[in-house]
Amino acid sequence: MTVDKKYESKRKVADMFGRVIVFISALLLIIITVSLFLFVTSKGLSTFIKDGISIKEFLFSTTWNPDREVPAVGSLQFIIGSILVSAFAIMISAPLGVSSAIFMVEIEKKLGQKILQPAIEIFVGIPSVVYGWVGLTVLVPFISKHFGGLGFSLLAGILVLTIMTLPTITSVSTDAIRSLPVEIREASYALGATRWQTIRHVVIPAAKSGILTAIILGLARAFGEALAVQMVIGNRPVIPKSFLEPMSTITSIITMDMANTVMGSVWNDALWSLALLLLIISFTFIIIIKLVGRRGMYK
Amino acid sequence: MLNSRFAKVAIAVLLIASFFTFAACGSKQPQSADSGNLSGNITIAGSTALQPLAEQAARMFMEKYPNVAITVQGGGSGTGLTQVVQGAIDIGNSDIFAEEKLDANTAKSLVDHKVAVAGFAVVVNKDVTVDNLTQQQLIDIFTGKITNWKDVGGPDMKIVIINRPASSGTRATFKKVVLKGQEEAQGFALTEDSSGAVKKAVADTKGAISYLALSYVDDTVKALKYEGVEPTAQNIIDGKYPIWSYEHMYTKGEPTGAAKAFLDFMMSDEVQKGPLTKLGFIPVTEMKTK
Repeated sequence: MTVDKKYESKRKVADMFGRVIVFISALLLIIITVSLFLFVTSKGLSTFIKDGISIKEFLFSTTWNPDREVPAVGSLQFIIGSILVSAFAIMISAPLGVSSAIFMVEIEKKLGQKILQPAIEIFVGIPSVVYGWVGLTVLVPFISKHFGGLGFSLLAGILVLTIMTLPTITSVSTDAIRSLPVEIREASYALGATRWQTIRHVVIPAAKSGILTAIILGLARAFGEALAVQMVIGNRPVIPKSFLEPMSTITSIITMDMANTVMGSVWNDALWSLALLLLIISFTFIIIIKLVGRRGMYK
Repeated sequence: MLNSRFAKVAIAVLLIASFFTFAACGSKQPQSADSGNLSGNITIAGSTALQPLAEQAARMFMEKYPNVAITVQGGGSGTGLTQVVQGAIDIGNSDIFAEEKLDANTAKSLVDHKVAVAGFAVVVNKDVTVDNLTQQQLIDIFTGKITNWKDVGGPDMKIVIINRPASSGTRATFKKVVLKGQEEAQGFALTEDSSGAVKKAVADTKGAISYLALSYVDDTVKALKYEGVEPTAQNIIDGKYPIWSYEHMYTKGEPTGAAKAFLDFMMSDEVQKGPLTKLGFIPVTEMKTK
C-alpha cells in the first residue's frame, strides 16, 4: 500500500513536471509567433505612417527608386513576379508530384517505398543555395544557349522552383494517399473496378484534401523561397514580357537589400512592408490549408 | 525512473560543461604571461566584405590577449552602422562612409577608422575584345546611352550590364567615382547579390560587363584598363587608378580599452602586411593619395 502511494506521488510529480514543460514550450511558441507578427507589422506599416507613402503607390505602381532623393517604392512588379514564378512552378510540379505519389503508393509499392521515397526525401534536405548555384552554373547558361535571351529569366526561376517544390508536393501527397483506409480500395475492386478506375474515381477523390494541402504547401514554399530564385532570376525591377526576360520577386529584393540599408530609412521601411506583405500572403496560404483540410472525406 | 534518468542527464551535462571549463582554463594559462592586463569583450558586425579580415585579425589579437573575447559577425554595412549607432555592438564595419547612409546628425556621433582600401576593376566577359574604357564610355554604357560593344571599338554584340544591388557598397563606390553620381538607366541591368555570383554571371554571359573587387578577379573574366591604367594594387597606392574605396570600422565616440587596442592592432604592420594584403585588400598605411 505504501509502495503504491509512493509510486503514485512520484508519478504525479513527473506528470506535473511534464505538463509544465509542455505548457512553457507552447506558451513560448505563441509569444514568439505573436511578437514576430507585431514586429513585422509595426516595421512594415511605418512606410505608410512615418514616411507618408500611400498604400496605393506601394501596391500598384512600378517605380522602384528607393535610393534617390525622392524615393519611390512601387512594388507591383515584385508582387507580379512572385505570383508568376510560383504559379507556373506549381503548374508543372503539382501534376508531376501527385502522379509520382500515385505511382509510389498504388502502382510500384516496393520500388516506391525502398528507393523513390528516400530519394525524394533527400531532395527536401538540400539547402536552397545549392539549388541556386546549380541553377546559376548549369541552367542559366543552358537557357541562354538553347532558348536565347540572357539565361537569367522567369523561365530559370520557374524551373528551379519546380524542382524545389516537387519533393514537398510528392511526399505530402504520398502520405495523404497512403493513409487512406485499404477498405475503400478493396470495396472498389470488389465492385469490379480496374486499378485505373480505382485510382481515378476512388483514391484521388478520397485523398483530395490531402493532395490540395500538398499543393498549397508547395505554393507557399515557392512564394517564400528567396536565395535560389534570386540567383537565377536576374533581379531586374520590371514586369517580364516573356519567359526569357529577367525579373524580380518580393523575396529576391528583400534579401538583396535588407542587410545594406540602414534601419529607419524609407528604403529599409519599404523592404519591411514587402516582408509584411509576404507574411500576410503566407498566413493566407495557411488559412486555406486549414479550410481545405477540414473538408476531407476520410480522416 | 524518470527522476533517475533526469539526474543522469544532469550529471552528464555538468561533467561536459566542467570539462570544457577546465579545458578552456588550461589553454589560457600558458599564454597569459605577456598579455598585460587587457581584458574585455568586443563585438564587431557589418560589412561582409570586411568580415574575413576582421575574423582573422580578431583571432590573432585573441592569441596575444587571451583575456579579450572578440565576436565577429557579418550582416552587411547597413546592419553594422545601425547597430553601432544603437550601441548594440562596439565596432561597426562598413564599405562606405557613414554620412552616405545615415543622416548627418547621427553620423556625427560615430568615429571613423579607415582600416583598409579595397580596389575594384571593371570586368567583362572574355569574348569582349575591348581592353580599355574611358570614364565617359563607362558613363554612357551604364546610363544606357551605349548598348552595343561596337560603339566602343568592340565586336557587334549587345552590352549586358550586371550590377550589384543598389544598396551595396561596391556599387555606391562605382557610382560615385566612375559615374560621377549619375543615375543608371532604370529596369535595364541585371543584378546579382554577391561578388561570387557576379563573377560567375560575367564569365557565363555574352557581352557582360560589371565591376568586382580586385580580390575576386581571376582568369574567368577579363579586367579592363580604366583611362589606360591597369587595375593593380600598386597603381592604386600611387594614385594612378581611382576606383577604390576605404573599408571603415566605426565606433560610437572615441574607442577605449580593448576596442582601441584592437583598432590600433588593425593598423599595425602585423595586420596590414599580413592577412589584409593576403585577402586582397590594400594597406591603408601605404596610400600616397588622400
